[in-house]
Amino acid sequence: MTGLLYLIPLALVMGLLGLGAFVWSIRSGQFDDPKGAATRILTDDDRPL
Amino acid sequence: MSTAEGLQFQDSGCPQGLAPAEFYQDNGQTIDPAAFVKRKNGEYSLDILVRGAKCGACLAKIENGIYELTGVDLVRMNLTTGRLRVTWSDPTFPAVAILHKLNTLGYGASPFDPDEAKTEHAKRERSLLIAMAVAGFAAANVMLLSVSIWAGGGEMGHETKDLMHWVSAAIALPAALFAGRPFFRSALDAIKAGHVNMDVPISLAVFLALGMSLYVTITGSGEAYFDAAVMLLFFLLIGRFLDARLQREAHSAARDLAAMQSVSVTRLDEHGVAHSVKASELAPGDIIQVAPGERFAVDVELVEGISELDTRMVTGETRPVPVEPGEHIYSGAVNIIQSVKARVLATTEDSMLSEIGKLLETGEQKRSSYRQIADFAARLYVPIVHTLAAGSFLVWFFLVRDVQHALFISISVLIITCPCALALAAPVVQVVAVGRLFRKAVYLKSGDSLERIAACDHIVFDKTGTLTQPEPNWTRTPESESALSDAAMLARGSRHPFSRAIVRAAGAGPLANNITEIAGCGVEGELNGATARLGSAKWILGEKSNATNMEGMLLFQFGDKDPVVFEFTETPVSGFETLSAELLARGVTCEVLSGDSEERVADLAQMMQIETWSSGVSPTDKADRMLDLQDGDRKVLMVGDGLNDAGALAHAHASLTPGGAVDISRSASDGVYSGEDLLTIVDIIDVARASKRTMLENFGFAALYNMIAVPIAVLGFVTPLIAAIAMSGSSLVVTLNALRLNLAKERRPSS
Repeated sequence: MTGLLYLIPLALVMGLLGLGAFVWSIRSGQFDDPKGAATRILTDDDRPL
Repeated sequence: MSTAEGLQFQDSGCPQGLAPAEFYQDNGQTIDPAAFVKRKNGEYSLDILVRGAKCGACLAKIENGIYELTGVDLVRMNLTTGRLRVTWSDPTFPAVAILHKLNTLGYGASPFDPDEAKTEHAKRERSLLIAMAVAGFAAANVMLLSVSIWAGGGEMGHETKDLMHWVSAAIALPAALFAGRPFFRSALDAIKAGHVNMDVPISLAVFLALGMSLYVTITGSGEAYFDAAVMLLFFLLIGRFLDARLQREAHSAARDLAAMQSVSVTRLDEHGVAHSVKASELAPGDIIQVAPGERFAVDVELVEGISELDTRMVTGETRPVPVEPGEHIYSGAVNIIQSVKARVLATTEDSMLSEIGKLLETGEQKRSSYRQIADFAARLYVPIVHTLAAGSFLVWFFLVRDVQHALFISISVLIITCPCALALAAPVVQVVAVGRLFRKAVYLKSGDSLERIAACDHIVFDKTGTLTQPEPNWTRTPESESALSDAAMLARGSRHPFSRAIVRAAGAGPLANNITEIAGCGVEGELNGATARLGSAKWILGEKSNATNMEGMLLFQFGDKDPVVFEFTETPVSGFETLSAELLARGVTCEVLSGDSEERVADLAQMMQIETWSSGVSPTDKADRMLDLQDGDRKVLMVGDGLNDAGALAHAHASLTPGGAVDISRSASDGVYSGEDLLTIVDIIDVARASKRTMLENFGFAALYNMIAVPIAVLGFVTPLIAAIAMSGSSLVVTLNALRLNLAKERRPSS
């Protein structure tokens, strides 16, 4: 039972981190170009992303 | 690419050939983008709309190509939207070099103003995605806790259960209030306007469920239903998000047209000094200079210079049109031979491009009214839902005198009657069908286009670029074949469509010396010391020629030898023989409407066994014909390319454009198909009709579900959670039924 007192908040915090990461990635425009992102893997350049 | 005689050969655009290359504006005389360069804190940036970039190889080619220019800091190409962004910090960097490079690589480029491009559609889609993410997070975590409670089989200790309830409340309340905003806002707007829509019962159900669950949590009695509330929101938001995405894609037409219009133009002031200004800043009476390869952004009257124009975008005419001072030129035409001066006749507001833009917008608004089917049903349905829920509450309260029990039953009724399956019935079929067509290289832009294409019983075809390939092709004959490589050495110096056809056949190679292009006549140059000419029959043979029946030809004369005739034809697209028959077998008649000349249209109609056709048709005539057919109760599918069709496209019941068409038309029409095979149109009609059947099945199922679920809920056999699951389950069934579309076999025998 006391385990729950740690585990539930822990699970929630992890979930919130995931949610935060997702919202950040949308806001920073990472989903604006799905086609381009898919094909960029195949190009051979050494430039930073 | 190789260089010879100082002229770089053009690369051919998309390496996979997914779009034709654009050769306009080469040899450095491009539009000056200086008016569009933005400056912020010492950093300059330019946004460009690129045409013809279709695949990953295009992206790599463009980005690598522009990185080669010295001084460039950052180059980012967005393949999904076709927009390119370049930033640099050196003030002396010539922005025009970027456009020149793009054209050399074989892509069309228009600079545009990015601030005008951010629309509310994109913002709405983004906010729905975030709301969906939050609802999903909340639903998963609240279910985590709820399952713990159920797993105990009712034996969970009181304090633990309270803990679970409080944590669920802490997650569900803020999440539901945040994620439910789209529904709450819409419901509030509808109520303020005096009527109800589907979002009213949804919002009501969410509030009641949350309120009741909170009460249960505080007083520590009974069951809480936070999971029902957030799960409801999550599933509904998925549907809304997909819908918003389809809508955003369907509404780019006006924006792209605006981008094309904000080109810069060279205006001459009273001293004859050239300035680069935005096309929107021109006033009637201004004198502008239009270089070879540049497009006329406004309607003008030619003042000085003789040249030829490519008017394909305006009239569909494949042959270049000669012009001389005093003639009226419409915006959209491209100057081919040499630089000319012209006086502006109309501002961009009134020019032909702009008029076509306005036709597009009225057409688009008409189209969005189709989306109201579900809302109309809701207007009838929703009051019934409310009455039932309120009624159940009152009846149960009288029967058991227990507010909580009565409330939970009425919430169940409210949730289970929620027309979620009804709302998903059509969109989910659209998404699956669109995906299936995508695999055939058909891209549909608007979600309800499938229903409309399925209903069409008549097709109107454009000719050039739709039924025939847009570029003329050189006809192989023994004598012209031997002269091909010589003729190509002259042809490479000309932008005339016939010359380009010769260059395509001959491939890359050297250029003749001392090339000059003479307007209205042809190209002259020096080959191995002798004069060679490639041009019209009238010019080469002089007055003694019988020039009238040599219109579709070029003559090549090398020194003193006899002239060799090069013939050109328009090739019809594959599938043309059986198209008419296949369509008739499906109950669809067709006709051809073209701006091109009578003999060409008549020939093609005969080859394709199409009885109804017209030639010499202008853009407004096409739109009028659409309206005529509409009055005759025909549902018309318009298939065409070229900007001149854009107005007619928007007035048709449904429309398609072959890929490789001008981008604007493509966005205004309901979809693009690859254009390589006319029988793809038959496939599209088949898929559209199958989708319509599936949508009707789904609507039928949703109705059946309601007929069963509502009595069960009213009679009190259902808890809110089961109601939420049943309602989601009905959506799942509807989705699975839609996926069946993918299993259907091809009806017509594949070639």
